[in-house]
Amino acid sequence: MIEAYEILQTMQMIHQQHFDIRTVTMGINLLDCRRSDDRQTAQAALDKIRRRAERLVSVGDALESELGVPIVNKRISVTPVGLLCSDDPACIAWALDRAAQEVGVNFIGGYGALVHKGATPAELRLLESMPEVFAGTQRLCGSVNVASTRAGINMDAVRIMGRVVKRTAELTAQNEGFGCAKLVVFANAVEDNPFMAGAFHGVGEADCVINVGVSGPGVVQRALEEAHGQPFDVLAETIKRTAFKITRVGQLVAQEAARRLGVPFGIVDLSLAPTPARGDSVAYILSEMGLETTGAPGTTAALALLNDMVKKGGVMASSHVGGLSGAFIPVSEDIGMIEAVQAGRLSLEKLEAMTCVCSVGLDMIAIPGDTSANTIAGIIADEAAIGMVNNKTTAVRVIPAPGKKAGDTVNFGGLFGFAPVMPVHTANNDAFIERGGTIPAPLHSLRN
Amino acid sequence: MDKALVSVTGVDKPGIIAKIATALFEMNINVLEISQTILDHYFTMLMIVDLSAADIAFDGIAARLAQAGEDIGVAVSIQRTAIFDAMHRV
Repeated sequence: MIEAYEILQTMQMIHQQHFDIRTVTMGINLLDCRRSDDRQTAQAALDKIRRRAERLVSVGDALESELGVPIVNKRISVTPVGLLCSDDPACIAWALDRAAQEVGVNFIGGYGALVHKGATPAELRLLESMPEVFAGTQRLCGSVNVASTRAGINMDAVRIMGRVVKRTAELTAQNEGFGCAKLVVFANAVEDNPFMAGAFHGVGEADCVINVGVSGPGVVQRALEEAHGQPFDVLAETIKRTAFKITRVGQLVAQEAARRLGVPFGIVDLSLAPTPARGDSVAYILSEMGLETTGAPGTTAALALLNDMVKKGGVMASSHVGGLSGAFIPVSEDIGMIEAVQAGRLSLEKLEAMTCVCSVGLDMIAIPGDTSANTIAGIIADEAAIGMVNNKTTAVRVIPAPGKKAGDTVNFGGLFGFAPVMPVHTANNDAFIERGGTIPAPLHSLRN
Repeated sequence: MDKALVSVTGVDKPGIIAKIATALFEMNINVLEISQTILDHYFTMLMIVDLSAADIAFDGIAARLAQAGEDIGVAVSIQRTAIFDAMHRV
């Protein structure tokens, strides 16, 4: 029998500590929608998404009501469009955006390409189309994988993505460059990530699956308050236990959603994904561990502990843990990060160091609007190098906010929050970026 | 068995249990267990109920209970116990 204190603990997690199922994401394979003409491909994709995701939102809403846990987002990820398109990728983009609107999901991910070892002409056209696509669509997100531990770094793609990010910001200048919030540049991208903007349905995936993303930084912070002054071993155990509990709910929702929708359950991704709400912050967890603010010496070690214990608690709770699973550090979406940046205590360089041990990378960071495309490409190359050498996923989602300079603030609204514009090192790297070619895979790629 | 937790909170007054229990009875929902306390003048009741013989679907039950709560001035919610089992039992 469930005890009253256990019921109250669960209710406190949900009502006071912002525990939620962040997303139920349906992955849909569109490889069978490929036709000889992109317009026909777009129509086939639209038809398949309508058919597959017709009940996604209503099933998500019903589960929210029956289990009493918020399911914040219902989303769709699709096969990277670079694998489907030929000469007019944008028409597929419009169809995906329309499909998302029709079935009522708030985002659809997959307008991207996997070009870590090289790009096809169609994929290059897709990259070129991204700025106009992200300026002209509402719900479409995309990602480009430019590097992997096995393949090295495609520096031609890195150079192009520097320009794509810059141009996307310019075309969405009226929204402070918000188009860039829908665009991620990855190294070692994962194929089953349910979180946006980087979700896509990998080529090794089934026809249709349900992946669930669970969050709960506030729950972890609250649990750590009980471990005040205790040694790290106690801290680690506390995080692990908490991660276990919240992942179990993710597993329950994933299995039930999959059953009701008649599609296989894919993975549960336990990622501490902050929101701008006070008490829903990864930075505050680090503070609870004893750091005055994020950025204080010890921050990287604290984040490493957090990230690892979240994973360990997660794998005990579900036999199919996947996606990114760990801690996200998006600056604009985390009130503690925002405060640390505003106080001048958290720099881009420290964030880069933190990405060596967190689950993804430089995320939702506003940088000055006059940052050059090559500087952005350099930031991407540095992150890709960290991912490649450390055999982990890294990513860059920066917003070169048009007309803004370091110290200004940009406001994206809602879950995307607001961000202080961070200064960027502006020393020239043109000759480095313009070389082109690939950085070969590291020695430890040869594992066979 | 199709178990759910009904939680009732609000300022204490006569008739709360009667009101909620009547609503449950009218939907053919059996009450398995009740835990009720007054915390600082605040009425708090947790009921484990069995929905397997209920006459109407979950949405309807939730709406009916919310209405019963509103009639007598307390907050009533219902959720399946699966979430507690998942979180607290291995």
